[in-house]
Amino acid sequence: MQFVIVLLVLAAVALFVTVPLRGRRGAPDPSAERVAADGRAIEDLEAAREAKYREIRDAELDHGTGKLSDADFGSLDSALRAEAVEILKALDGARERAAAAAGGA
Amino acid sequence: MALIGRALLILALLTSLYGAGASIYGARARRPAWVDSGRRSVYALFALAVLAFAILESAFLRSDFSYNVVAEHSSTTTPAFYKATAPWSSQEGSLLLWVFLLSMWSSIVLFATRKRVREIAPYATAVLLGFGAFFSSLMVFYANPFATSATPPSEGAGLDPLLLHPSMMFHPPMLYSGYTLMAVPFAFAIGALITGRLGSEWIRVTRKFALGAWLFLGIGVLLGARWSYTELGWGGYWAWDAVENAALMPWLCITAFIHSIMIQEKRGMLKVWNASLILLSGTLAILGTFLVRSGVLDSIHAFGASTLGVPFVVLLAAMIGGGIYLVSSRRERLRSDHQIDSLLSREAVFLFQNLVLVAMVFVIFWVTFFPLISQALTGTKVSVGPPAFRPFIVPLALVLVLLSGIGPLIAWRRVTAANLKGSFAFPVAFAVAVLVALLLGTSADTRPFALIMFTLGAFVLAGVAQELYRGTSARRAFAKESWPVALASLVRRNRRRYGGYTAHAGLSLLLIGVAASSSFQHSRDVSLRPGQSAVVDGYTLRYVRPIADAAAAKLTFGAVLAVYRGGHYVETLRSTRGFYPTGFNGTAGPISEAFNGSADSNVGLDAGLTHDIWTVVNPDLQPLQAAITRGDTVFERLMKSLSPTQARQASVLGVIGAYRARAIVGLTQQYVSHPWPIEFLLIVSPLVTWIWLGAIVIALGGVIALWPPPEALLVRRRSAAVYAARVARELA
Repeated sequence: MQFVIVLLVLAAVALFVTVPLRGRRGAPDPSAERVAADGRAIEDLEAAREAKYREIRDAELDHGTGKLSDADFGSLDSALRAEAVEILKALDGARERAAAAAGGA
Repeated sequence: MALIGRALLILALLTSLYGAGASIYGARARRPAWVDSGRRSVYALFALAVLAFAILESAFLRSDFSYNVVAEHSSTTTPAFYKATAPWSSQEGSLLLWVFLLSMWSSIVLFATRKRVREIAPYATAVLLGFGAFFSSLMVFYANPFATSATPPSEGAGLDPLLLHPSMMFHPPMLYSGYTLMAVPFAFAIGALITGRLGSEWIRVTRKFALGAWLFLGIGVLLGARWSYTELGWGGYWAWDAVENAALMPWLCITAFIHSIMIQEKRGMLKVWNASLILLSGTLAILGTFLVRSGVLDSIHAFGASTLGVPFVVLLAAMIGGGIYLVSSRRERLRSDHQIDSLLSREAVFLFQNLVLVAMVFVIFWVTFFPLISQALTGTKVSVGPPAFRPFIVPLALVLVLLSGIGPLIAWRRVTAANLKGSFAFPVAFAVAVLVALLLGTSADTRPFALIMFTLGAFVLAGVAQELYRGTSARRAFAKESWPVALASLVRRNRRRYGGYTAHAGLSLLLIGVAASSSFQHSRDVSLRPGQSAVVDGYTLRYVRPIADAAAAKLTFGAVLAVYRGGHYVETLRSTRGFYPTGFNGTAGPISEAFNGSADSNVGLDAGLTHDIWTVVNPDLQPLQAAITRGDTVFERLMKSLSPTQARQASVLGVIGAYRARAIVGLTQQYVSHPWPIEFLLIVSPLVTWIWLGAIVIALGGVIALWPPPEALLVRRRSAAVYAARVARELA
């Protein structure tokens, strides 16, 4: 009985882990590569955007709690927002390229 | 079921090996199906670990002594709670707990990132499954929790009495959760280094796991300290024991990491440092696991000498060698995007704080391993002990507290003199006021390091209070909310920041407690008869009467003490020492075996906010020895006088057992009726409770930082992001 249970568990594990292999076969798709590369670029830019937003929020809080003067905050906030704009531009570009690649594929 | 358990372990090993191979092949051949299959292997490993653990738990709860591990670590008289937690008191069961926790955290992170970091994730999966394969193989080849005996004993040896303590039962799962959670950022760092994707994305997806590792490991360390304080009977909470240090080192390292990754996320700096820190943290976590199991260093916390040392050394060598190779081969890509703008900035404070933490790790490592180093160099194992740590750790801890106070008061990037003045005025003034009050009103000036710690602690607490006040004021001005609502909103919207500040406040409380209790502790070793007293730090402790109890599972001898101060009654304390029977194993006589087994202490403790009165009794049983020996002789003769038939009759054995029990009760009553002088250790320590309160506040800070933002806030952030993007486009 124990032997049967072990065999059943083995079969269940084998079936479970090989589901993706049984569903998809064939050689790697070059267009999928391009889509993946665009996806990676978008991930990086989204991470950068989140970090920049956090920096802007932190600067606002530092200003609110008196750790940054009005003048320092003004220049820092402008610089951070300019950097955020650059990231957003790049993000839009990456998304457009990804959409085009996906459409082409 | 033992066969199924063993088969599950073999399956776990094979699944781990397959999954690691499939993940690497899928990543290198760019076949997502194999990567998915590898990820599913982690889920399968978790399911197998759950099943195996359930079988072992069931064996413990049923007291199935055919399992060797159950027979050695439990008994029918072990309380149900301790039976349920006994699996991890054994080498074998704790390895299974390791795999269970590792596979659980791995499954969570890989499920959460199944559509993200697709390039890094396969290598991270392979590393996590590599750990899974390593620990599974230890159980398959070296320490099988499902090993059985053909002739099981009718009764188990029982749990080590020192482990019969609630915090000791939660301590290992907390430590292992910390260690296994640390494997997650470690694995993703390896993946990021292999793929060269060294931005902040891998940090973003594993930050909460690093924070979780810090939280759980910290709780584990503090539970261990609490156990040491209330159970071991030596009067302290930290002995700089090798295994204690082995848990503290990765905690210090991950503390540095969760600070420095903020700089990488914000400024793209310290990439080499962060990668190195998490590789070091992961390696130290495995080193801690190795120390507990190898027996290379003496420790009360260790499982003792075993055959597991060599595999662990091989794993550690691979981790260190592989880590150094990966970091050095990727040094070009690990270059910082920016540089620190000013030494007067939060980034700079974080960097100094990191250096202090790593210096502490270095000192602890060096002194802990000095016995092994000295043995390798001179052939003699030289133990240096706690005094060797203090000259280095105390000044470093002072600098650390100072920096933890400065950090919250200083802005990112740069600050001006005027801002510094505005931020530091109140905390500095408060710290100076505390210093003056301590100098004038106490004898704190006799301990300069403690005095500095109290002053710096006051500075940190005042700084955190000021930050909360100013933040709440700013929030009120903006949102027109009441004080409590504004404070809650402020913390909810800035969990990382205010969770961190809370942890800093907790650290100050904890270190103030450590400084006070270690510098101003009063202790006395005294021998007292009933009615006699001893005075410790103004408290009179009178030995009122002896107490004793003879239960089947444990003999207890102790004392009742009455505490007075200035002639006024304060508290009654009971301190006992328990002796656990060894069982009839032929090494001791029928009566001796009840007195010669393992022993534990139950301290008499009056804990308060200002001080603890701590007592432990060490009852000398030597005066009973002659009677015990006579009892052994009588019962041995009685047993020998039985015919073989009588020796097998339950009724006869029952009668003899009842007489034996009566004899033991009579002996214990001698302790009460004819008391002799016994040894006491009496300690009065100030502010020990602050250590535990500080730990709770630190944990609260960790929970605040870890708590997910409310969904509404997420939605608002998303819409804010959309809005910001529109503004950005228009600006462009």
